[in-house]
Amino acid sequence: MITLSNFLLIGAGLFCIGIYMVLSKRNAIQVLIGIELIINSAILNLVAFGRYDKVNNAGQSFALFAIVLAAAAVAVALAIILNVYRQYKTINPAEVESLKG
Amino acid sequence: MNIGDVLFGVMGFVALASALLVAASNNLVRSLFMFFVTLFAIAGLYVFALADFVAVTQIVIYVGGVLVLMLFAFMLSGKETLNNLKQSNSRFISLGKVPAVLVALLFLIVLANAILKVQPDSLPWIKASAQSNNIIKPTDNMVNNIGINLMTRYLLPFEVVSVLLMMTLIGAAHLARKEEHKL
Repeated sequence: MITLSNFLLIGAGLFCIGIYMVLSKRNAIQVLIGIELIINSAILNLVAFGRYDKVNNAGQSFALFAIVLAAAAVAVALAIILNVYRQYKTINPAEVESLKG
Repeated sequence: MNIGDVLFGVMGFVALASALLVAASNNLVRSLFMFFVTLFAIAGLYVFALADFVAVTQIVIYVGGVLVLMLFAFMLSGKETLNNLKQSNSRFISLGKVPAVLVALLFLIVLANAILKVQPDSLPWIKASAQSNNIIKPTDNMVNNIGINLMTRYLLPFEVVSVLLMMTLIGAAHLARKEEHKL
């Protein structure tokens, strides 16, 4: 029997891996992947709880919204990363020291 | 223990293990392709939560859109970026990463503790919805219902998210444009 806590535990694991990537990676694209893992764990929780809402579909609808928002965030973040690379010749977040190139 | 539970366990294990490999590898391309596996496994988990439409959306948008966008941005940004990435010869746990590992482990302990203490299957509203027969069954076809709800109950968030998507895409195109004179 697949219970709700199975989904929540897998989501917690993905969330913590995402936190680790955001905090420790030295490459802006890998930081972005960490953020995507965090968003995915949140969507997993939404979908798991959404099973108990047959009439309104709140969980699944907001999971769809969250997927779209994540896609938009990735597009903007990749454009910013390309610009940062053009200015600094590196995408290590630790080496980008000033806001105005 | 039927075959569904075994498949669920395999899917969850693949998701977590490939996410760990994504976090562990220093090579960006390998990390991106392992992220591909993670996204597919998470889509499989959505199917087990009886959200097949969300699973298909996950595959279309994440795997077809986001991942290809990341690969494009990475491949188009030139060979210098590749070399730049290979230099970072840091192991999985080095001294600089101890705080990140600590924070992640503490978060995992807190979250797992909270989930095991709360016992989400015995929450009041979940019991109430189980009693009032409000649970999605495996035989139900939910796609029609999702479409109707998106166009009636969630119409305002739907429109707001569509306007926001257009704004961000125009902004991304503007940011990524090549300029001769730098700002």
